[in-house]
Amino acid sequence: MARALITMPATAKRGEVIEIRTLIAHPMETGYRPGADGAILPRNVIHRFTCHYDNVLVFSAELFPAVAANPFIAFSTVATASGTLRFVWSGDQGFTQTETASLAVT
Amino acid sequence: MKRRDVIGAAVGLASVAWMRSAAANADELAAAIKRFADGAPVTEGRVEFDVAPLVENGNTVPVTVRVQSAMSESDHVKAIAIFNESNPQRDVANFFLGPRAGRATVSTRIRLATSQRLVAVAKMSDGSCWSHSVDVLVTLAACVES
Repeated sequence: MARALITMPATAKRGEVIEIRTLIAHPMETGYRPGADGAILPRNVIHRFTCHYDNVLVFSAELFPAVAANPFIAFSTVATASGTLRFVWSGDQGFTQTETASLAVT
Repeated sequence: MKRRDVIGAAVGLASVAWMRSAAANADELAAAIKRFADGAPVTEGRVEFDVAPLVENGNTVPVTVRVQSAMSESDHVKAIAIFNESNPQRDVANFFLGPRAGRATVSTRIRLATSQRLVAVAKMSDGSCWSHSVDVLVTLAACVES
């Protein structure tokens, strides 16, 4: 399991736009770089990131090797109802990671 | 053939090769943007691509893209894409949003192999595309040291 950080408010007013910042520990090896032995290191990147809000897709991203190591993605969403946000990262070599965060809407 | 002729020819060849690759990259960039726009004309404006003009470390460059949009059900940003001119691949990242995003702003951190032009393109719900391009200078390039 890679270490993932999600920064977002725990509570929000209904209709408020909240900012969500995500960071995950991942090398994002480009596949263009030689390693210590001179051979090109195989590509190992995260391709896709999704955010579901109560099982509705609200944001997604396609990442390419030009995204820096430990991908940071910040976006926003409208707080509609109390619920759970699910974040999924998936990539090369069968990498998938899911994190959840709950949001209380008043 | 004199030594200076040989050196001159070598320099000339190298610069031709470099110019050609720069032109090829620009063509590839235009093609990548066209593919993303899906035939719609891309107009400058409405998009604000926030990136430092002078980058010290190309390994991690913070970027923010803001698009002027009401983000309502009928008028919102569908996708935001970032392209570059001189990395090995033209695509950097694509973000897909909708009216539930509330604000058309995304931030991430990217890699830059050299000083180059970056383009952010936003696709609206009505199919129109808007862009903003930025030239950045990179002091320490990414992908050089292992």
